[in-house]
Amino acid sequence: MTPSKPPFWNDPKVRAIVFQVLVSAGVIAVGVYLVRNLLHNLEVRGISTGFGFLHNRAGFAVNLTLIPYDEDSSYGRTFVVGLLNTLLVSGLGIFFATILGFVVGIARLSRNWLVATLASAYVETFRNLPLLVQILFWYFAVFLNLPPPTEAIHLGHSAFLTLRGLYLPWPEPEPGFGWTLGAFVVSVGAVVFLVRWARRRQELTGRIFPSFFASIAILVLVPLVVFFATGSPLEWSKPELDGFNFTGGVAVIPELAALLLALSVYTAAFIAEIVRAGILSVSHGQTEAAGALGLSRARTLRLVVIPQAMRVTIPPLTSQYLNLTKNSSLATAIGYPDLVSLFAGTTLNQTGQAVEVMSMTMAVYLVISLVISLLMNWFNARMALVER
Amino acid sequence: MTDAQPAAAPAPSTEPMVELTGVHKWYEKFHVLKDINLRVARGERIVICGPSGSGKSTMIRCINRLEAHQQGRIMVDGTELTDDLKNIERIRCEVGMVFQHFNLFPHLTVLENCALAPIWVRRTPRKEAEEIAMKYLERVRIPDQAKKYPGQLSGGQQQRVAIARSLCMRPKVMLFDEPTSALDPEMIKEVLDVMVGLADTGMTMLCVTHEMGFAKTVANRVIFMDKGQIVEENEPEAFFNHPQHERTKLFLSQILNH
Amino acid sequence: MASSAPVLPDLPPPAASTGALGWLRRNLFDSPLNSALTLLVIYMLYLLVPPFVKWAFIDADWKGTKHEDCSRVGACWVFVRVHLNQFFYGFYPAVQQWRVNAALGLLVLLMAPLFVKGFPGKPWLALGTIFGYPVAAFYLLLGGRFGLAYVETSNWGGLSLTLVIAVVGMVAALPLGILLALGRRATHMPVLKALCVVFIEIVRGVPLITVLFMSSVMLPFFLPEGLNFDKLLRALIGVMMFASAYMAEVVRGGLQGVPKGQYEAAAALGLGFWRSTFLVTLPQALKLVIPGIVNTFIGLFKDTSLVLIIGLFDLLGTIQAANSDASWLGFSTEGYVFAACVYWVFCFSMSRYSQRLEKRLQTGHKH
Repeated sequence: MTPSKPPFWNDPKVRAIVFQVLVSAGVIAVGVYLVRNLLHNLEVRGISTGFGFLHNRAGFAVNLTLIPYDEDSSYGRTFVVGLLNTLLVSGLGIFFATILGFVVGIARLSRNWLVATLASAYVETFRNLPLLVQILFWYFAVFLNLPPPTEAIHLGHSAFLTLRGLYLPWPEPEPGFGWTLGAFVVSVGAVVFLVRWARRRQELTGRIFPSFFASIAILVLVPLVVFFATGSPLEWSKPELDGFNFTGGVAVIPELAALLLALSVYTAAFIAEIVRAGILSVSHGQTEAAGALGLSRARTLRLVVIPQAMRVTIPPLTSQYLNLTKNSSLATAIGYPDLVSLFAGTTLNQTGQAVEVMSMTMAVYLVISLVISLLMNWFNARMALVER
Repeated sequence: MTDAQPAAAPAPSTEPMVELTGVHKWYEKFHVLKDINLRVARGERIVICGPSGSGKSTMIRCINRLEAHQQGRIMVDGTELTDDLKNIERIRCEVGMVFQHFNLFPHLTVLENCALAPIWVRRTPRKEAEEIAMKYLERVRIPDQAKKYPGQLSGGQQQRVAIARSLCMRPKVMLFDEPTSALDPEMIKEVLDVMVGLADTGMTMLCVTHEMGFAKTVANRVIFMDKGQIVEENEPEAFFNHPQHERTKLFLSQILNH
Repeated sequence: MASSAPVLPDLPPPAASTGALGWLRRNLFDSPLNSALTLLVIYMLYLLVPPFVKWAFIDADWKGTKHEDCSRVGACWVFVRVHLNQFFYGFYPAVQQWRVNAALGLLVLLMAPLFVKGFPGKPWLALGTIFGYPVAAFYLLLGGRFGLAYVETSNWGGLSLTLVIAVVGMVAALPLGILLALGRRATHMPVLKALCVVFIEIVRGVPLITVLFMSSVMLPFFLPEGLNFDKLLRALIGVMMFASAYMAEVVRGGLQGVPKGQYEAAAALGLGFWRSTFLVTLPQALKLVIPGIVNTFIGLFKDTSLVLIIGLFDLLGTIQAANSDASWLGFSTEGYVFAACVYWVFCFSMSRYSQRLEKRLQTGHKH
C-alpha cells in the first residue's frame, strides 16, 4: 500500500515548484522591465539596434594588426583584429609565464639558500602588486623613457630597443625553403617512429635506448643539413635606421612589450607557487622508495614524482592561463589594441550600440573559459588516482 | 605465530654481508649515531629494538644511503658505501627496503609497482619482469590484486605488495623499518607471516620492529639501541631472559608488560 | 654472546659540517652547479641593488615644496610628499577630511576585536559590522544629513576611495555570495540552480573590466529616463556583482567540506532548511574557508585599481592624475614606486595573516 500524499501545501515537491515559478516570474518580470527601458532609451537617443553596424566603416587606424586593415575596414573586421591581438598577447604571455613560472617554482625548492630566497622574494613581490600597477609601471616608467630611434639601444647586432618599440630581425623564407620545412616534418615523423620502436625494443629485450637525445639530434640535424644543402634559402629582414625611424624587420610596439612583460612576470609568480605545491605534494617517501629500489634521480623524477605532481598542478595551472587571458583586457589602460580596447572601447564609443558590442565581447571570453573548463574536466576525470 | 624452527643459515662465506665500523652520524649538532660497530653474516636475521629516538631507523637507513654517515665505514657485500654515486646505485640493487608507510606508487597498478625497478634498473624485458612480479605476488599471497591500484587495497595488503616490490629486485639483504607499526592490529599477522616465510628462504634481514614474538621466532640476534649507540646484542633466548644492561632491562619491562 | 657498553658522551660534529662555514658549504656551495649559481646570483645582485639604493635613498630629494626642489639625479620624493594628501583623500574638501578619518577609525575599531583571541560575541560583532557599518560610513562620507555637509562622490578619491570600494565590495559580496552558493546547491530546484550557475559562470568567465564597462556604460540604459546613477554607485554595483560570484564559489567549497553527518544530524533534530543552514552548516563552512575569504579580499583590493579605467580616482587614479599634472612632469617612476609600496604593504600583510590563519585552522582541524 503506497503511503498517502500530504496536503499539497506541505508537499516539498509542490513547494519547490511554486517557489521556482515565483522566482522565474520575478526574474522574467524584472527582465521585461529592463528591456523595455533599454529599448525606449535607445530610441530616444537615436541609437539603432541589431548587428548591422558590423558592416559599417570603422574610420580609425590601429597600430598593430595581424591581418590587413585600414580606416575603410568594417567594424566586423575591427572585431577580428582585436580578437587576434588578444589571442596574440595571451598566447605569448602563457608561453613566457609558464617557462618563467616553472623556473622560479623549482628554484624555490633549491637547496641553494640564495637561489631559494631570491625566488621567494620574486613570488612575494609580484603576487602582491596589482597587475595594473605593473602594467603602468612598465609602460610609462620604462618603455616610454627609452631613447628615440636615432639613439637606440643596441641588443646584439641587429636588434634595437627604442621609444617606438623593440625592433627585431624577421626571417623571410626564399623559394627553396620548402625543402627544409619538409625535412622538419619528416624528422618529426621519424622521431615518432623512433620512440615507438625504442619502447617496443625495451619491452622485448629490456635494453634502454637514449631516445630523448636521439630525437633532439634528429629534429635539429636533419632539417639543418637539408637547409645548408639547398643553399641556405633564408633571408633576414634587418631593421635599419632610415631617417628618424627604422624600416625592415619586425616592430614590437611598446604597448605589446609592456603588456606582455607585466602579464608574464605577474602570472609567473602564481605559476611558481602552483609548481612548488605540486612538487611538494608528492610525499618524500615516494622519492625514498624509488631510490631504495635503485632508480636514479632522473628516473625517479620522470617515472614517480612528475606524474603525481602533474595531477595536482594542471588544474590550477589552467586556471591561471584563463586568468592571464582575461587580464590581457587591461590593455585598455595603455592603448594596446586588444579586443576590449578596440571593440568595447573605440567601437562602442563611436556606434553607441553598447548591448551588441558588450555581448559580443563577453561571449568571446565566455567561449574561451568554457573550452578551457571542459578540457580541464576531461583531463581531471582521466587522471584521477583510482581509490577505494 | 608459527612454531617452526628458523631454517639453518646456509654455510656462510667468511665475509660479512653488512659491516659497520666505527660509524658516527650527526644531524646538525645532534650526535645521532655513536660508534656503531656491527657485522651481519650472510643469511643472518637481526632484529633491532629500542626506544624512539635511539637511532635504529637512522642506522639501517645508512645502509642503503638514504642517510649519509659522517665518520666510520660501511661495507655492503664487499663494496664500501661512500658518496660515489656508482657505488650507491650498485648497493641499492642488492639491498631491499620496506618502509613503515609502504610508499607504494599510487599512480601505478600493483603489477606495475613491482615491475618498475626490474625494467628500468636491471633492464629486464617487460614480460619477464611481469612474470617475476607475479611470482613474488604469489609468494606474498595476493596475486589476484595485480591489476588493482594501491589506493584500493588495505594496509596489510599494501605492505605485502611493498615486500614483493623489493623482492623483485632479487636483493641480497632486506631492511625493514618498522614494517607493521602503521597497520591495524588484525593486519599485522599477515605481514609478519610473509616475513617469517622470507626468513625461511635464507634471506639476510635487518628488521627494526617492536614485534618481540617475531624476534623470538626468527632472529639470530637481537640488538638493543639507545641514545645512538648499540647497548646490548645477544641471541633472542639470552636477550629476553637474561638482559645484562640496566637500560635493556628497563626497555624490556616497558615493552613486554603492556 | 653478550656485550654491553657504557654510556658514550655526545661528541661535537666534524668542523666542516657546522657553524658558518658548514652552513655556507651545505646551502650555497654543495655542488659545482650550486656554487656557480651562487656566484651568478651574487653578481646579479651586485649589478641591481646598489644603483637602486642609490637612486631611491642616497641621491633622493626628500625636502621641498616645488618642482625645482628636485634635482634629477635621484628619486624625487618631494613629488610624493606634496601630493600625499591628494593620494589619500582624493579631492575631498580639506575641512571635511576628518569625516574620512572617522569612518576609517570606526572600521578599525569594529574589526580590531575580531583579531583578539577569545573576545566574546565575535559572530554578532561581525554580523553587526557587515550590516551596520556600511550605513554609518555612507552617511559619514556622503553627508547631507545630521548636519554634515554634502560631499559629492566625484570628489572622493585616493587610498580612501580604494578602501571604500574594497570594503563595500566585500561586505556586499558575502551575503550575496552565500545566497548564490546555496542556490547553486539546491538540486531539488533546477530552475533556481540554473539561474545561479549561469550568473556565477558568466561573471567569473569574463574580465572584470567588461563587468565594470557594463555597469558604468550600460546600466543607465536599463533604467527609466531621468534616473541618474551616481558614477561611484555604478562602479560599486559592478564590483559587488564580480566579488559575489567569486565569493559564491569559495562558500560553495566550504559547504562541500562540511561532513555529510552534520547535515543529517541537523535534519534529525527537526531543524528546517534555513535554521539548519544558518545555525549548523554555514558557520562551519565559513570557518573552513576563512583563508579563502581573505584571499578573495586581497584579490579584490588589487582589482579596485581597475576603476581608474572607468574614470574614478582611486589610489592609482590619483597617482596617474598627479603624473599628468603639468607642473610635475617626469616623475611617473616615483609615483608608481610609491603606489607599488602602498599596495604591497597592504597585500603582503593580509596574505601573511591569511597564511597564519590557515596554519592555525589546519592544526585545529586534524581528524
